Amino acid sequence: MVGRGLLRHGAKVTGRAGGPNRTAPAAAKHRIGRAPYAAGVSDDDLVRRLRAGDESAFAEAVNTYHSSMVRLAQTFVSSRAVAEEVAQDTWLAVLKGIDHFEGRSSLKTWIFRILANRARSTGVHEQRTTPVDLTDEATVDSRRFDAVGAWSDPPAHWSDEVVDRLSSGPLVAQVRAGISELPEGQRAVVTLRDLDGLSSKDVCDVLGISQANQRVLLHRGRSRIRALLELELAKR
Amino acid sequence: MRLPTLRRDVVCQQAVELVTDYLEGRLSRRDARQFEAHLRACDGCEEYLRQVKATITVLGSVQPDDLAPETRQGLLELYRQFRGE
Repeated sequence: MVGRGLLRHGAKVTGRAGGPNRTAPAAAKHRIGRAPYAAGVSDDDLVRRLRAGDESAFAEAVNTYHSSMVRLAQTFVSSRAVAEEVAQDTWLAVLKGIDHFEGRSSLKTWIFRILANRARSTGVHEQRTTPVDLTDEATVDSRRFDAVGAWSDPPAHWSDEVVDRLSSGPLVAQVRAGISELPEGQRAVVTLRDLDGLSSKDVCDVLGISQANQRVLLHRGRSRIRALLELELAKR
Repeated sequence: MRLPTLRRDVVCQQAVELVTDYLEGRLSRRDARQFEAHLRACDGCEEYLRQVKATITVLGSVQPDDLAPETRQGLLELYRQFRGE
């Protein structure tokens, strides 16, 4: 698993745990209104009830996780129907394995990991690991920079208005379509991180990839979606 | 990617490659400071970072499909079969 793309990013892992994270408050703000991904009291309670054979606990887990599971499975398999099958198989595995769940990750992460493993072994290519495309991929088209690397065609200002435009118009549908067109690894990472709200550690855990590869895939996936938004917002 | 980042002048084409590492808190303190200094001086890159943050917000608003009642019912039947065995 060595390639230029990886080395370029891998080399920047400084080894400082955490590092400066001045954007944490902004990131936290973006997550308002979404369920926390961390294991919590409710996990313990749900797991206890699942173990006890409480059907309402199973119904609750299905309500909470099934749709996200199908969405993640669709990253790896070709059809919605197969994704539903994979999710169903995963529920059986969850029921069989719940006594062995140790709570080292959140229940959600544990379920997603089972799902990802099953979906990958079901996928057309029988890929056992999440592929990381090692070819270089420019974050922004190089033609937008001049000879010294400064913007010659700088981004227009639209960051302030994009969120307001979410509720009206087809923007979310276009973003959905854009996500479905991402290469598998980018799609899986963007889905888990930005749509499902998992931490980077949990994403690595679910997909069996390194932190460095997770960042490469996240960077590329987000960059492509940003470029898509740029195109859409330029159409006004 | 290994920039000559430690050069004082981070240029725009390098800055856009650093955005995720910056947001993930993976830049060294020194690189982060240089990145921020560049953004303060560069309107294009400042907007670029804001666009990436806006993109993350947009992505966070993409909901999975609703759970169909028949899917839910099917799973509950699966559960009863599992428990009945």
